[in-house]
Amino acid sequence: MPKLTIDGQEIVVENGMTVLQACEQAGVEIPRFCYHERLSVAGNCRMCLVEMERSPKPVASCAMPAGEGMVIRTDTPLVKKARKGVMEFLLINHPLDCPICDQGGECDLQDQAMAYGFDRSRFEENKRAVKEKYMGPLIKTIMTRCIHCTRCVRFATEIAGVEEIGALGRGEHLEISTLEHAVNSELSGNLVDVCPVGALTSRPYAFTARPWELRKTYSVDVLDAVGANIRVDTRGREVMRVLPRLHEDVNEDWLADKSRYACDGLSRQRLDRPYLRRGGKLQEASWDEAFGATRARLDGLSGDKIAALAGDQCDAESMLALKDLMAGLKSPNLDCRQDGAKLDPSQRAGYLFNTGIAGIEEADAILLVATNPRWEAPLINARIRKRFLLGGLKVGAIGVPKDLSYPVAQLGTGPQDLAELAAGKGDFAKILSAAERPMIVLGMAGLTRADGAAVLALARQVAEKFKMVREGWNGFNVLHTAAARVAGLDLGFVPGPGGRDTVGILDGAAKGDIEVLYLLGADEIDMSRLGDKAFVIYQGHHGDAGAHRADVILPGAAYTEKNGTYTNTEGRVQLGRLAAFPPGEAREDWTILRALSEVTGTPLPYDNLGELRQRLVAVNPVFAALDTRTPAAWGAFGAAGKGDAAPFGETVGNYYMTDPISRSSETMAKCSAELGLGPQAQATGTHG
Amino acid sequence: MKITSYRRDPAKEFSFTPENAIKAKAFIARYPEGRQASAVISLLYLAQAQNGGWVSPAAVEHVAEVLDMAPIRVHEVSTFYTMFNLKPAGKHLIQVCRTTPCWLRGAAELTRACQEKLGVGFKEVTGDGEFSIMEVECLGACANAPMVQINDDYYEDLTPERLCEIIDDLRAGKEVPIGPQSGRTCSAPEGGPATLKDVPDPAGKGA
Amino acid sequence: MLQDKDRIFTNLYGLHDWGLKGARQRGVWDGTKKLLELGRDGIVQQIKDSQLRGRGGAGFPAGLKWSFMPKENDGRPHYLVVNADESEPGSCKDREILRNDPHRLLEGCLVAGFAMGAEACYIYIRGEYVLESQRLEAAIEQANEAGLLGKDACGSGWPYHIHVHRGAGAYICGEETALLESMEGKKGQPRLKPPFPAAMGLYGCPTTVTNVETIAVSPEILRRGADWWAALGRPNNTGTKIFSISGHVETPCNVEEVMGIPMRELIEKHAGGVRGGWDNLLAVIPGGSSVPCLPRPTCGSVLMDFDSLREVKSGLGTAAVIVMDKSTDIVAAIANLSHFYMHESCGQCTPCREGTGWMWRVMERLVRGDANIEDIDALLEVTYEVEGHTICALGDAAAWPIQGLIRHFRPEVEKRILDAKKRGQVAAE
Repeated sequence: MPKLTIDGQEIVVENGMTVLQACEQAGVEIPRFCYHERLSVAGNCRMCLVEMERSPKPVASCAMPAGEGMVIRTDTPLVKKARKGVMEFLLINHPLDCPICDQGGECDLQDQAMAYGFDRSRFEENKRAVKEKYMGPLIKTIMTRCIHCTRCVRFATEIAGVEEIGALGRGEHLEISTLEHAVNSELSGNLVDVCPVGALTSRPYAFTARPWELRKTYSVDVLDAVGANIRVDTRGREVMRVLPRLHEDVNEDWLADKSRYACDGLSRQRLDRPYLRRGGKLQEASWDEAFGATRARLDGLSGDKIAALAGDQCDAESMLALKDLMAGLKSPNLDCRQDGAKLDPSQRAGYLFNTGIAGIEEADAILLVATNPRWEAPLINARIRKRFLLGGLKVGAIGVPKDLSYPVAQLGTGPQDLAELAAGKGDFAKILSAAERPMIVLGMAGLTRADGAAVLALARQVAEKFKMVREGWNGFNVLHTAAARVAGLDLGFVPGPGGRDTVGILDGAAKGDIEVLYLLGADEIDMSRLGDKAFVIYQGHHGDAGAHRADVILPGAAYTEKNGTYTNTEGRVQLGRLAAFPPGEAREDWTILRALSEVTGTPLPYDNLGELRQRLVAVNPVFAALDTRTPAAWGAFGAAGKGDAAPFGETVGNYYMTDPISRSSETMAKCSAELGLGPQAQATGTHG
Repeated sequence: MKITSYRRDPAKEFSFTPENAIKAKAFIARYPEGRQASAVISLLYLAQAQNGGWVSPAAVEHVAEVLDMAPIRVHEVSTFYTMFNLKPAGKHLIQVCRTTPCWLRGAAELTRACQEKLGVGFKEVTGDGEFSIMEVECLGACANAPMVQINDDYYEDLTPERLCEIIDDLRAGKEVPIGPQSGRTCSAPEGGPATLKDVPDPAGKGA
Repeated sequence: MLQDKDRIFTNLYGLHDWGLKGARQRGVWDGTKKLLELGRDGIVQQIKDSQLRGRGGAGFPAGLKWSFMPKENDGRPHYLVVNADESEPGSCKDREILRNDPHRLLEGCLVAGFAMGAEACYIYIRGEYVLESQRLEAAIEQANEAGLLGKDACGSGWPYHIHVHRGAGAYICGEETALLESMEGKKGQPRLKPPFPAAMGLYGCPTTVTNVETIAVSPEILRRGADWWAALGRPNNTGTKIFSISGHVETPCNVEEVMGIPMRELIEKHAGGVRGGWDNLLAVIPGGSSVPCLPRPTCGSVLMDFDSLREVKSGLGTAAVIVMDKSTDIVAAIANLSHFYMHESCGQCTPCREGTGWMWRVMERLVRGDANIEDIDALLEVTYEVEGHTICALGDAAAWPIQGLIRHFRPEVEKRILDAKKRGQVAAE
């Protein structure tokens, strides 16, 4: 714990801290461009120079370890002159195109030039011009603006784990470049964030808005089950862009590309008014007509002929409202597992990512089963890579082999291999036995199979065999891909006594046993299995698979258009917030259900969101603890069985198209095409 | 200024000849295990020689594969160091040292003379593919200024006339003595050394 | 003047056999095993006592530098890396050692490496020195075959291997940490210090990077004794030194002389004097392009050693003496160096990447007189903004020649501007 003096102020800092960090702790701001707290130290911009006693030259504070007895000054003429000089150098070849630069208004160079810049240029020579580089459909490059801080190079190499960006040439001809192809990473959008200037900007967002005209709403992402914290920037009703918001335990500073860039899908293919199928064709209708048709169909129908499925992006409130509505209609047939995952709703520890995302950093051995975290949860994959970079991590995988950006020992492909491991066979068993913090990550591809319950039980056996659940550590993890799933299980959106699950509902509909099916944003089921007899009510926001099959469409709100509660894969309860109102006649989802309950004569007992949330907490107290992971008790789950021989499939076939929003996004279609995934690749594979 | 934009022609393949592959292995063996990237310069030299004097994108990718490096990392190296040509050069690459010690003794005249003689500018190749000229910074033969390097060899103590003769001889396929063209040995002063006269050398003149 | 008996590089001019046989006749590899028997501490102490200072330019005490290597091996190998990336304009001394006396270097590599507990040595040689690297490789092969290197080097029981590593054209790789980066297969961009190479160098292992000449003289110091070396030259500036004399002299050459020889004596005795006589001298860059130039009056009295040249605000550097007579366009000569530094900047850190190009462009205008008088001070200001603010010393090296020019030749620079303005006025009329 070195003690040093900064501008006359004595301060004790933690071992291993740099002078720059010590200055921050002392409340002294140090300007910087190349320094980024999550990247390795480059020390190349020289903006953070400070004066250090006994050093003849000013030192780069970002790279200088804080040492005992150091005397640092940040406010001397020498320091000011050095910073002013560096700023001048950065500006001489930087174009004066701020008025047409998308970074304008949120540019580090612009901001710091205000503090350290000269008011005029002494540079009378020609400025350098640099050709643009191709980095794919997400990133626009204007490399003349580049100040060569190399943050992008370090991000790609270290965080994303794709060595595809480099600094070519040397001297004043140094150029940041790729090998002229798209950056093959699901985290590439973060390059735009780490770039301190307007060299890398968002291509889809180019020239669409200025930061000061945007309304910023803090919310959470629902395009995967990570629950990344986001900021939704809107102008009027339109979501202009989505940016990450710092959450150390979830997404740190990062955001995955789909979560960031699928937002253009929010303004396409929208259901902005109710529809009613008349004469086989969907026709525009009023809310009264839509409700009327629904009531007519439900009238006198016994509860066991009614069913409901909740989709992957539903908020907890609307799922609870639908559950309560179904209770009013006396139907036990409901399920939030539209992919048919054999999760046991009675054992919370059996469906959570118990270790927690931040907990990954403590793991020393990880077994990945039937999962491709790089596509199912890029930020969790980034966390595993982060742990890998710390050293000493062993990762083994059973499933489809993938490049995950860290070395993985491929241990097999199917349940047999998992069973062998559970029996303690193989080298990786030794690694797991020796590990102090072993963990298992089980993907949906292992659970959506017919033998999913057996796979779940095998995974539990592995966890128990290798003592993955021990004092202060729970290494059993289920990796969800659906943002709604954990909340759905927590609030019991699962079959009641004698009720049908997803498969039962689909079969029932095909046979005519289910006459009315309520799809709450459920688009990932095979609609052809429903047959044509059942009356389908689709409540949701996009004209996707569900709407196409529907007899009544009730237009709901997308995640940016409502206040809703979401529980991520680790069981963390977070609030999404309304950033823009739903389009046209679309409404917030729980209000639709509340209104419908009035029509069906089974009115729900809450009239506002506050009351609904009270009910939520009453159903399950975990909903009361916001932004907290409530630990779940270990128990028995899964069903004994050998599992069949078929290898595990893939949960996500195309990262860029997994849900109604991303399937509607032009940007995602471009990414998909760029990386050769094909625009038609099936989003959610429930095969296996 | 070096070209940095990267254009991979998928039709162009490159891989080491069996002979060069053996050499590459020997270079890699000079470094500790897992440090094979240290051999990147040596392998790029091999690739450049095999590829007719320049490093193509296909060669970059092959070297990357052999060394288990990311292609961008190899390309960073090939664009950083001046001795890698990123486009085809002449059979004889004349590198005129332009830095002050040579400049003081007539480097600019050398450049002018050979440009006029060959009718090409910097980094251009003569029509017959024989020669190209580039200016380089100090080649570390300052006591023998002015000088040029043609491919691997130094030609020192030059005059424009002598350089033109050398060009003629090279074009004619004649052997040209390398080193000082003034008749002196290495960097001994003209007219013979004034020092090291008392040093006995039973072996006489060296090999 | 140094006597031939005190000269170490007796084959400096390549008049004799460079190979093992010739080298042995010159006394190389003579009793090397005995030198090793001095032990690690003994060798380092002798080098310290000799007051040998590094010959690569900075003049850091060699014995002290060697002593920074960890005494105990913590499991990581130790490396000796020899800096044969001779690229400083004016400097061509290491080349003569590499091609004409490679065994002297190899013997030094063994002795110095042994003193550092190094198990391997890499010689990083600039890529353009093709012949020199071939000689070196051949010499290593000879030494390996003769058992002087290898599993049991010189019968000492110490296993020692030397490898040649070629560069590929980058002045900056002469900077020790850039050299290490380059050796690791990356661009030659200097590292941030700390950590220093002795703690974390090549592959993260303790490493010492030392100039060719420093290493090559060390066995002879041990053989003849530190006292012999220390008696040559002046205190703290001891021993012999190879001087490279280039530019406007009658007979440019390399010569091994005693440290502290007067500059005028050096030029007149060994290089045939300034072209057109001493009075025709304009200026001398005494230590390679990075050090400020000196005007004639100073040149007449200054001694060629670290401390004397520092006193006149220049430096010994690599002892590369670039002589310029009165025919020289001194502004263009320095502008030429500015171009050199711009070309050789690695581009990593801001002041150097942006400043070297800026300085060169202003210098080019000053050559033509296409500037205002205020531009001179603005340029000087820019040199101060670069100096001391960069990761490595290249920024300083780019700044100093310009500072030297303006310090000693400001009237010439101003005159040119005024003349150009006059010409412009005449043309306008």
